[in-house]
Amino acid sequence: MKQLLQRLTETFGPSGHEDAIRDLIRKEVRGLADEIRTDALGNLVVRKRPSGERHPKDGPRKIMLAAHMDEIGLAVTHVDNKGFVHFTSVGWVYPPNLPGSRVRFMNGTAGVIGLEPTDHASDVPPLDRMFIDVGATSSRDCPVKTGDVAGFERPFLDLGKRVAAKSMDDRIGCAVAIEALRKLGRTPNDIYFVFTTQEEVGTRGAQTSAYGIDPDLGFSIDVTGWGDTPGMRNFEIALGKGPAIKIRDAGMLSDPRIVKWMERTAKKNRIAYQREVLTDGTTDARAMQLVRAGVPVGCVSIPCRYVHTASEMVDMGDVENAVKLVVALLRAPVNLG
Amino acid sequence: MPISRRGGAGPSLTLLRRLCSAVAVAGDEGQVRKIVLDELEPAATDVKVDALGNVLITRKGKGGRRLKVMVDAHMDEVGFMLVADSGDGLYEFATVGNLDARGIAGKPVVVGRKHTPGVVGAKAIHLMSADDLKRPIAMEALRIDLGPGGKAEVGDRGTFAPNFRRAGPSVMSKSLDDRLGVSILIELLKHAPANVDLLAAFTVQEEIGLRGAKVAASYFKPDLAIVVDATAAHDLPMQRDAENHFYNSKLGLGPAIYVSNGTAIDDPRLVRFLIETAARARIPCQVRQPGGGGTDAGAIQRALDGVPVVSVSVPHRYPHTAMSIARLEDWHNTYALLSTALRRITPDILRGRT
Amino acid sequence: MTDILPFLKSLISVAGLSAYEDPVLQLIKKEWTPLVDEISISRLGSLHALKRGSGRGKHPTIMIATHMDAIGLMVTSIVEGVLHVGEIGGVDPRILPGTPVLVHGKRALPGVVAIPPLLALPEDKRSAPVGLRNLLVDVGLPPGSVEGVVRVGDLISFDTNAVELAGETLSGHSLDNRASVAALTVCLEELKRKEHSWDVWAVATAQEEETYGGGATSAFELHPDLAVAIDVTHAKAPGAENWQTMGLGKGPAIGWGANLHPFLHKRLQELAKKLEIPISVDLTPEHSGTDAYAMQVAREGIPSMLLSIPLRYMHTAVEVIAIKDVQRVGRLLAEFISGLEPDFMSTITWEEKDADK
Repeated sequence: MKQLLQRLTETFGPSGHEDAIRDLIRKEVRGLADEIRTDALGNLVVRKRPSGERHPKDGPRKIMLAAHMDEIGLAVTHVDNKGFVHFTSVGWVYPPNLPGSRVRFMNGTAGVIGLEPTDHASDVPPLDRMFIDVGATSSRDCPVKTGDVAGFERPFLDLGKRVAAKSMDDRIGCAVAIEALRKLGRTPNDIYFVFTTQEEVGTRGAQTSAYGIDPDLGFSIDVTGWGDTPGMRNFEIALGKGPAIKIRDAGMLSDPRIVKWMERTAKKNRIAYQREVLTDGTTDARAMQLVRAGVPVGCVSIPCRYVHTASEMVDMGDVENAVKLVVALLRAPVNLG
Repeated sequence: MPISRRGGAGPSLTLLRRLCSAVAVAGDEGQVRKIVLDELEPAATDVKVDALGNVLITRKGKGGRRLKVMVDAHMDEVGFMLVADSGDGLYEFATVGNLDARGIAGKPVVVGRKHTPGVVGAKAIHLMSADDLKRPIAMEALRIDLGPGGKAEVGDRGTFAPNFRRAGPSVMSKSLDDRLGVSILIELLKHAPANVDLLAAFTVQEEIGLRGAKVAASYFKPDLAIVVDATAAHDLPMQRDAENHFYNSKLGLGPAIYVSNGTAIDDPRLVRFLIETAARARIPCQVRQPGGGGTDAGAIQRALDGVPVVSVSVPHRYPHTAMSIARLEDWHNTYALLSTALRRITPDILRGRT
Repeated sequence: MTDILPFLKSLISVAGLSAYEDPVLQLIKKEWTPLVDEISISRLGSLHALKRGSGRGKHPTIMIATHMDAIGLMVTSIVEGVLHVGEIGGVDPRILPGTPVLVHGKRALPGVVAIPPLLALPEDKRSAPVGLRNLLVDVGLPPGSVEGVVRVGDLISFDTNAVELAGETLSGHSLDNRASVAALTVCLEELKRKEHSWDVWAVATAQEEETYGGGATSAFELHPDLAVAIDVTHAKAPGAENWQTMGLGKGPAIGWGANLHPFLHKRLQELAKKLEIPISVDLTPEHSGTDAYAMQVAREGIPSMLLSIPLRYMHTAVEVIAIKDVQRVGRLLAEFISGLEPDFMSTITWEEKDADK
């Protein structure tokens, strides 16, 4: 699974420009699914039909899983007379994470981030007082223009039990979804694995794809924060303690029945898990919850350190247990009680 | 291979003046709605005014496989609502939409359907201390003054007083955002092309959350949507040698095509299509800086199971103030670009990679 | 007129936080079942109750939304038996210290919200009001016994009692918005004695305080011709005297603003005048902050109205309302509904009769 994860995280796909990552995922799931299509907003919808046995009395449940393909990035606002590239963010980018970063534009151009000076050396300027240096010397010889988009560049790092990469948010979710599909086998449920677009700019792909699918229930697979490094307080999620079952985040309260269903399933399959209450940040589940007449939703979270930096870190044990949990959830008839 | 501009001369200044002189604050767009219906109802057969007050007009094309193309412009403007009668012709007011608070004091205003004239006064400079002058004028202290005994209803809306004027190559007025777009859409409908089903949405409440566009898109269920709005031009000279790199758009460079804004990422296929149309028809255009702001595209894109969108705006300085400035040629070129582009749309436009 | 006070008191004596509305849903279901023809629960957990109009054939429909969820707290972490908390809905942390609460773990534990000792706070937080991150909830049990009963994610509800104050007023927690649920109940009771040609959907919505989710999804599912939200609005109180505040006990407030259809507002005003029910106008220039905000843009748009009950000290555990106002809202709404003609929808217009400019 590490190689899959490396391929996924080293591909570029800032929000709105997910073609390359969609192509890669499509290759990975070919042969595993009954239907693969791309919708109006570029979501990749991968359907695994029910296998015709063990149907619940009222028909197979339509379940939607969402893992977002897009990552945060930067967009060019202006190339100045000296060839320096001014930019704005795509998704939520935290200025202290930028100094010294390297970026890669969709057209292949690479660059480094520079800062205008501030009054105190320890201050970080806001984004509009930073710039990207691509090695150009004027606007004429600059290989990028207003509107071009870049992702952060950092190679995948294998630390054994743990791995770090940029865009672990949410390529780890995509990897878990792909592996779950691979391992699923027969199921009484009608399952839509949706690799969504534009989550980082407002869970947009999830909203429209959920409207199109109209599922009976659903959950997202995304990263959550961490509370187990020096100085962190009041957040109990730790790496190595298992995937997290999300009870709440800043955008959504999980349906209590979904939380119970996930906990029951984890306990029954002896999968270690954590209970998550996140006070900032949200996932695609928030958008799914409110489409049409409403959808009971939740989220399986992968604990992740250093979220929204270029070195997001997860524990491979948590990842494998997340796959186990997702497979167990999808493989059996769903009883929400 | 060059192509020619299509669709006639474009909207008239008289129409624009009429639109800008109407008072149509978000939530109370009746005066602009009336102008739109007066202009279009005689010829159009499929007209609906919906639960929010949007005007939704369908002009079907002819022949072949046709795409359903929604074109959107918002009728509402930012303004005020009277919230309390302070007596003696004075009224407390709240702002509706994102007004620039620094541009409110000391302006002529009109209130209500009858355009009752008033002013938002400001304490005379002679009566201020040096300290007072350093602080911004407090919004809560401002009142709309209709004159002693002046009467209006609490709940009435008001705007800066209509003040449309032509200044050489430019127009100056309140509510260029988005009467520029409304006038263009009226004209596009009058010269609707045959190759697409044109679904025109004159929307309400864009300024307070893209509300009208959401339901308009649910009604139309379009294949794609083009939004015509007005966008800020912060293109004034900088001090000393600094280069202005945050202009957003610039006056005189033509229609501003969006790649993304705060509410939507424009479909790259539609963006490329518009830029290519402009190049081949020799219509000047520019790419608006990504990010910030918002247009109805944000709501339309997320409606139903998703709609590919692109926004195109006429650049204007001093948005959301008593008097904005736009270039007439940018306005005409925006019309020309959209009119020409509509005629080039085929069902293949959404094939291919973003 | 029925005495709504016992029911209202029972409503504000149970929990029912956003997404976890079951305790109050069961109470409402029991009360509404004899008053309606059908009752069911939506996917999001809202209660849908249908009272059919008289006469055969298809009837136009009106949906009335009163959100049943209440604000509260949720356990975010447990440190040596003491609970750290986050909010459900919007909570002003400055009113929390000293508030009695119930912690809904394996069993319900009584507790109190407390400020930690000064020296236990980070230095830069010692002089400012204590924010939610630094408040704690103490259930009075030794550390070992808490972890077995309480988990991260458990709910914490306010536990102040329903108390009648002078002037026929009632104080307690969750009057936002259980007072409106009571008002809708009054309306349903009135409708039992009246003819109406429209179908009426009484909906106790879920999750209004967090996402307006119940309002949005129920309006989508039921697809009514008209929508009404009943909620609370600010009553005049010390320090709260401006145009956004209404008189306590001075009658319902009818909403006016972008969210709400002016034609419907005027009809409600005229009716109130005819019935001699005192009303005030609740100005919401942009956003009403209620289920009406979501319902207005459901599907292809729904003409919406807002009726509000003036309430003091909103989002504290000691909210205050006038019982008369609850009854007035119920009565006004029942008269409005029974007065709706079968072809009312064809008369709704955007243009004033004395039009334009």
